[in-house]
Amino acid sequence: MADRSMRVLHCHPGIGEEVTGVALVTDDNFSARYDLDRIKGVFSRPQHKLAGERYVGKILVVNTAKGGVATAWMLREMAARGMAPKAILLNRANTILAQGAAFAGMALCDRFVDGDVTRLIATGDRVTVLPKQGRVDVQPP
Amino acid sequence: MLDGKEGPARRWAMEHMIDVGRFFDAEDFVPVAQAHMMADTESLGESGVAFIEEFARLPKQDRQVRVPTITDPRGIDFDHYRTLKQTDAMAVLERRAIEAFEALGILMTDTCINYQTIMPPLKGEHLAYGDTGVVIYCNSVLGARSNFEGGPAALAAGLAGRVPRYGLHLDRHRRGTCRFNVNVQPRGLSDWGALGGIIGRLAGSYWAVPVIEGIDAPPGSDALKHMGAAMASFGSVPLFHIVGITPEAPDLAAVADPAMEQRTIGEQDLADFYGLYGGRGDKVDVVVFSAPQLSLVEMQQVADLLDGKRVHAKTALLVATSPQVAADAQRLGITKRIEASGALVLKGMCFYQSYAREIGEANGWKRLLTNSAKLVNIIGGYGYQPTLASMEDCVASAVAGEIV
Repeated sequence: MADRSMRVLHCHPGIGEEVTGVALVTDDNFSARYDLDRIKGVFSRPQHKLAGERYVGKILVVNTAKGGVATAWMLREMAARGMAPKAILLNRANTILAQGAAFAGMALCDRFVDGDVTRLIATGDRVTVLPKQGRVDVQPP
Repeated sequence: MLDGKEGPARRWAMEHMIDVGRFFDAEDFVPVAQAHMMADTESLGESGVAFIEEFARLPKQDRQVRVPTITDPRGIDFDHYRTLKQTDAMAVLERRAIEAFEALGILMTDTCINYQTIMPPLKGEHLAYGDTGVVIYCNSVLGARSNFEGGPAALAAGLAGRVPRYGLHLDRHRRGTCRFNVNVQPRGLSDWGALGGIIGRLAGSYWAVPVIEGIDAPPGSDALKHMGAAMASFGSVPLFHIVGITPEAPDLAAVADPAMEQRTIGEQDLADFYGLYGGRGDKVDVVVFSAPQLSLVEMQQVADLLDGKRVHAKTALLVATSPQVAADAQRLGITKRIEASGALVLKGMCFYQSYAREIGEANGWKRLLTNSAKLVNIIGGYGYQPTLASMEDCVASAVAGEIV
């Protein structure tokens, strides 16, 4: 039987404010330009492991960033329309995702000391992200 | 600046850069010589344009950039937006954005090949460049120093004249982390792009620095432009070294431990990469030369291939270049030769930054053919079925109306 107790993950201090939501997890990488239909709020790139999944209001957990710089503008634009994820957690962010989160006021954390974050959190887990503390609380459903 | 005495724009710039700098453990700032800003209105949206317009209403001394700040391609060519079935609303948003950027003193160069056309940076020069293709080329081929700076960060750097010192500004992040031996010599620009895509996918991280051996001779600016753009697109990679060719890698030991494990890339890897996209024999809806914008030399090559030919009635052929190259191409009669075939030359824009989803739906474009490995990587998420081919095969397919 799966362990349903709450776990605490530790990471590098992140960006943004505390937020709680439901996790959407993949070991794939991420770019708002390459992978999303930002109007419909779903992953639109057919090859992406989350193709067809709705990301709005989720704690998005991915491996790392893809190329492209557009995400730096897009996260704020998505948030302004209420079509953004609540937070992004990665094994390693690139500069663009960090800049985009800072511009959007979105929570973002990376460099988890406990291991691969895409394996430590499962889709459907309830997650509280505390960027300033470098801490993520994970409660399985 | 941080205390607001130099206005709210510069205070925002400093706050933004401090947030990002702290995240990457920057200890201080470094002055930059130029900024290059990606800011197409598809990315900004209404909220992004309104953000810039707030700054544009400030007094001149509080709003103008302090280092030369130039722009990446736009999403609209006002001479052709109706032909592409872009909307008047898109054009209105674009005009608002341009007016606001100009009020900040930003030079609307609208190009992702500024290193070929505007002012190539010098080795060791610190920059705040956006567009991943621009950054990887200037870091790798010219030895300049820039992180990927998204539009807001490049704007902040322009306003403040500095960036947080982290990542590629530091020697320790410029050493090779993975090593490749290329035992196939790419034959054209799409091959160079494919090679970049292969290495980018294998490297797979902003913090990876590929070291490449086996390239016989300097392949030229356009080749490394396509290779770098694809590597940055597929892997988020901002820097590569080619031993014996790029300036920081006179020999292997200068950039990597000679004992580092090496991965070989050969003919089959290139073939497999092209094979990912398929499409041979399919009707082709739109053929695109873009991403990066074409140099004058590429424009001449396209014109040479199109001379005396006619693009198929049910296929569109789009050629995107910078305003600087477009002026020369016009003056030299190259644009006239390209457009005599029925193709369209677009200036100051790039295909994937031009509301690609909306124009695809409006024009019924699905199957897209290009010689840009970067573009095939990006455009699938916009609802297209992309295929990669050489420039010669792209032109032949545009004429035939199907992928040859």
